[in-house]
Amino acid sequence: MLVAAALACTVPVAARADTRDEIAQIRQQIEQMKKDYEARIDALEKRLAAAEAEGDKAQQEASQAQSAANSAAQQQRANAFNPAVSLVLQGHYANLSQDPNTYRIGGFIPSGQDVGPDKRGLSLAESELFFKANADPYFSGTLIASLAPDGGVDVENGYLETLALSHGWTLKAGRFFSKIGYLNEQHQHALDFIDAPLPYRAFLGGQLGDDGVQAKWIAPTDLLVELGGEAGRGRNFPASDRNKNGASLGTLFGHVGGDFGVENSWRAGISYLETSPDDRTYEDGVTNAFTGHSRLWIADAVWKWAPNGDPTRRNFKLQGEYFHRRESGTLTYDTTGIALPGDYGSNQSGWYAQAVYQFMPRWRVGARYDRLSPGSVTIGQVDSGALTAADFPILQSYAPTLQTAMIDYSPSEFSLLRLQFARDKSRPDAPDDQIFLQYILSLGAHPAHTW
Amino acid sequence: MKLRILFFVLSLAVAAPAGAALNVLACEPEWGALTRELAGDRAKVYEASTALQDVHHIQARPSLIAAARRADLVVCTGAELEIGWLPLLTSESGNARIQPNAPGYFEAARYVNLIEIPKRLDRREGDVHPMGNPHIQTDPRNVAKVAKALAERLQKIDPANAAWYQQRYQAFDQRWQQAIARWQSEGAPLKGLKIVVHHEAFDYLFRWLGVDQVGTLEPLPGVEPTISHMSQLLEAQKTNPAKLVVRASFNDPRASQWFAARAGIPAVMLPFSVGGDKVSTDLFSWYDDMLSILLKAAGK
Repeated sequence: MLVAAALACTVPVAARADTRDEIAQIRQQIEQMKKDYEARIDALEKRLAAAEAEGDKAQQEASQAQSAANSAAQQQRANAFNPAVSLVLQGHYANLSQDPNTYRIGGFIPSGQDVGPDKRGLSLAESELFFKANADPYFSGTLIASLAPDGGVDVENGYLETLALSHGWTLKAGRFFSKIGYLNEQHQHALDFIDAPLPYRAFLGGQLGDDGVQAKWIAPTDLLVELGGEAGRGRNFPASDRNKNGASLGTLFGHVGGDFGVENSWRAGISYLETSPDDRTYEDGVTNAFTGHSRLWIADAVWKWAPNGDPTRRNFKLQGEYFHRRESGTLTYDTTGIALPGDYGSNQSGWYAQAVYQFMPRWRVGARYDRLSPGSVTIGQVDSGALTAADFPILQSYAPTLQTAMIDYSPSEFSLLRLQFARDKSRPDAPDDQIFLQYILSLGAHPAHTW
Repeated sequence: MKLRILFFVLSLAVAAPAGAALNVLACEPEWGALTRELAGDRAKVYEASTALQDVHHIQARPSLIAAARRADLVVCTGAELEIGWLPLLTSESGNARIQPNAPGYFEAARYVNLIEIPKRLDRREGDVHPMGNPHIQTDPRNVAKVAKALAERLQKIDPANAAWYQQRYQAFDQRWQQAIARWQSEGAPLKGLKIVVHHEAFDYLFRWLGVDQVGTLEPLPGVEPTISHMSQLLEAQKTNPAKLVVRASFNDPRASQWFAARAGIPAVMLPFSVGGDKVSTDLFSWYDDMLSILLKAAGK
């Protein structure tokens, strides 16, 4: 025990001298290690901070990208399966020297629709609501509702169109604007003037839109060659809505078009429309009705020019269409009174030509000349002496003309203001001097206008 | 009889159908040039627009409908750049191969990251592009990504020539990557250069080169420059002066000339795509040209 105690006392004493050095060494080492580690920790901390900053930045960027992607996704989600919707708003001021209620086109059977100027003074024009979407991989659907300013909704267009046919074929069914002529397929708000040319009003009641089917084929050629035809129920003038199973309106059309160099584009075509109206009535003092055949030919041509082919700054457009119509059948005089039938035949024509020039960005000027030729009209009751020509006042031979000039300003492609002057000699008695100031706004989905 | 006459007259206009090569309708010249790089003579490329035309406002003219009818593939930017005319071409064409869900419909913008995605959509802010800035062709790294995707698409729709497209893509990509490295070093002096642009047409290019775009002559995207807006920019010149005013080949030169004369800085035209000037005949010479124009004008 004592030995152990002695040992315990002596060993530390003996060791003391050695351990002092050792302790100092250890201290030194620890100190050194501390310094080293501190330096390394420092370096690591710096790296960590840098990495964190980098990470933050990356995270920030990622989250920004994510939020952008999310917002894009949300936008897409909201509209994913909904139709593209757009709205066209229009209004105008009209100053007319003649009462618009007396409007008629002399020498021609009235087309039974409001083809003259609308109202004097300030008025809202029809608003159009467009819906379009793909139904599935095979069909797209379009609905165009026209909201009349004094109430009422009219289905202007409502049709399906095939997406999946090939070899240049497209089929359409429903209510649509016929592809005859050049302007017929274009919507009123896309016209270069506030109103349709006279031949469109006299021969098509403004525009031919029918319920029916359309087949169209485009040839696999460098030149555009488009051929097609339509069959319809004949809802409106020049047909008459008939209670029958078959079609009472048929069209054929062909268009050819291409480019000359980079600056010039053109399109030309011929179209044919045949209808068999039955009791197509019109007012001319008394009510008369036509039953028979109506055949209309249209030749159209358009040429567009732009420097370098870029229409943004300057561009020029020249277009013209020629119409020729023959009608033959029976005209019944005063259907509600004596109801006197007689042979009727007419061979009439008309044309218009117009030029529109954009001379600087946003600004365009245009001029149009319309002329109708009464041709020849034979009325059985007049030839037989049963009635006189004075009993058919509107059919008295007259050649209506319309001269129009306009200037328009488009602050953007979604808005347009137009000032239009016209001397309208549709009526045989007096010219109508017209001034229009018009606005057109297009809201919603980006419009894609046909050429 | 009348029917027969009609069809006879129209049939006179029908020319011989196209040959066996792949028919490609490229909406813009850069994608036409890229298709030619990747397909060589195996594709017949028809370009719908030129670098001198504002591609936002191309019209769906008859020749384009005819080209869409024949096309096996349409190669376009997408991102709604062609929204005013491409949907009409596809719907009028009667060609199922190029409908938006078909392999023959290629949108380049799907394969790159778009910048400047607007937070708010309101046409009061001009002709904004809801999906972001669509002028992606002005960053060569975007062109590389599109080339890869386009080569894959070509192989998919024309498997008989898949090896050919693959080989040409690899050769193109190698040359292109080398060119990018060269342009990057050549363009290094442009970093930090302050410029004013007419339209936001080269945002990708300037982002890549580190060029600092301090203003646009257009008060809002797609809205023509106004004197009042340009006067404000002139005022800003005093504190943050731009060294150059840049317009794209399709922009009216007058606005940038007006600004340049008053600011006392050079105005330059950058080709917006292949064919934007005489020197830019393919993708490589186009980028060479853009860089040399900028370097020269900046005095570097």
